Amino acid sequence: MKRMTRRQVLDLYFLDARHKLIEIAAFLDRVGRASGREDFRARAFRRALRELNGRGNDRARRVLLAFSDLTTEPIPKATATGACGAAGGGG
Amino acid sequence: MEYIEPHAHMVSRVTDDYERLALAGCVAVCEPAFWAGFDRGGPEGFHDYFRQLTEHEPKRAARFGLRHFCWLCLNPKEAEDLTLAAEVLALIPQFLERPNVLGIGEIGLNKNSRNELRVLEMHVDLAARHNQLILVHTPHLEDKLKGTRLILDVLKNDRRIRPERVIIDHVEEHTVKLVLDRGHWAGMTLYPETKCSPARAIDILETFGTERLWLNSACDWGVSDPLAVPKAALEMRRRGHRLADIERVLYHNPRRFLSQCPKFRLSAP
Ligand SMILES: [Zn+2]
Repeated sequence: MKRMTRRQVLDLYFLDARHKLIEIAAFLDRVGRASGREDFRARAFRRALRELNGRGNDRARRVLLAFSDLTTEPIPKATATGACGAAGGGG
Repeated sequence: MEYIEPHAHMVSRVTDDYERLALAGCVAVCEPAFWAGFDRGGPEGFHDYFRQLTEHEPKRAARFGLRHFCWLCLNPKEAEDLTLAAEVLALIPQFLERPNVLGIGEIGLNKNSRNELRVLEMHVDLAARHNQLILVHTPHLEDKLKGTRLILDVLKNDRRIRPERVIIDHVEEHTVKLVLDRGHWAGMTLYPETKCSPARAIDILETFGTERLWLNSACDWGVSDPLAVPKAALEMRRRGHRLADIERVLYHNPRRFLSQCPKFRLSAP
């Protein structure tokens, strides 16, 4: 399949990506201003953010890996709670 | 443009959605068996559900000229109870000869537990014994990568399974290559927040090619969009993709995979 030029990508997606980036910045500010302790989700989020500065064009894959459960053994029993988006919650 | 919706849970949608699908160019909708949003009380609940999928939904779809096909199984979210699983699996063979049944699905894993894995193996065995196609659901979010690897191992360990007769659904950037490298088909689901956006799905098509990939909406009882597939077609047009390439992904690919089941016909019976 043919790919767009960089100019075409920017024309189509720049404003949308800019909007999403500002939303992320505001989310981090909101977390920062809030009271109480952070949990594993905030830590996973910061880990994933670091992947945005990588050089390869597989940032989406690496962000997904940063949120993933990297263990390999099945768990003894399915928990009642569903997936929450970040590994390390213990459930 | 005509297209096929290869994964939609129409029992959870209103009849207007069938009309909207038809208006958007959809010619066939395929419905894997899944979780109702609550745990069913027992095997009788599944028996009724399989009747709904094989008797009632095809009639609702036919009102708008749409073909309706389905897949049968006990979904992974209800697979922790091995007794229930055995009872439901015993019900399935009596439905397999029905004219709109394409195979066993959507089986797979949810939380990657031992019992889920055991029930997955039971389903794979059922599919192999009855020579059925397989549609696999991969877990959500942080559980997807681990679940995909476990699922791929189960499929590889059963020598009777031919990889090209299995579609692994809900792939994302971190799992698509694992699936394609094993010779399976891969489905990308356009679902808000937890799965792929149209833009990301098209990125994956541009990166991995269109040979063994399809797109679906997986619309169900959650916040989801039955028109996600034609909207992705529009996004492909915006990127300048040729109509022939769009048709290959949205019509010819699902047709190619699903036609491995002789019952998959797009003309009226
Ligand atoms: Zn589904």
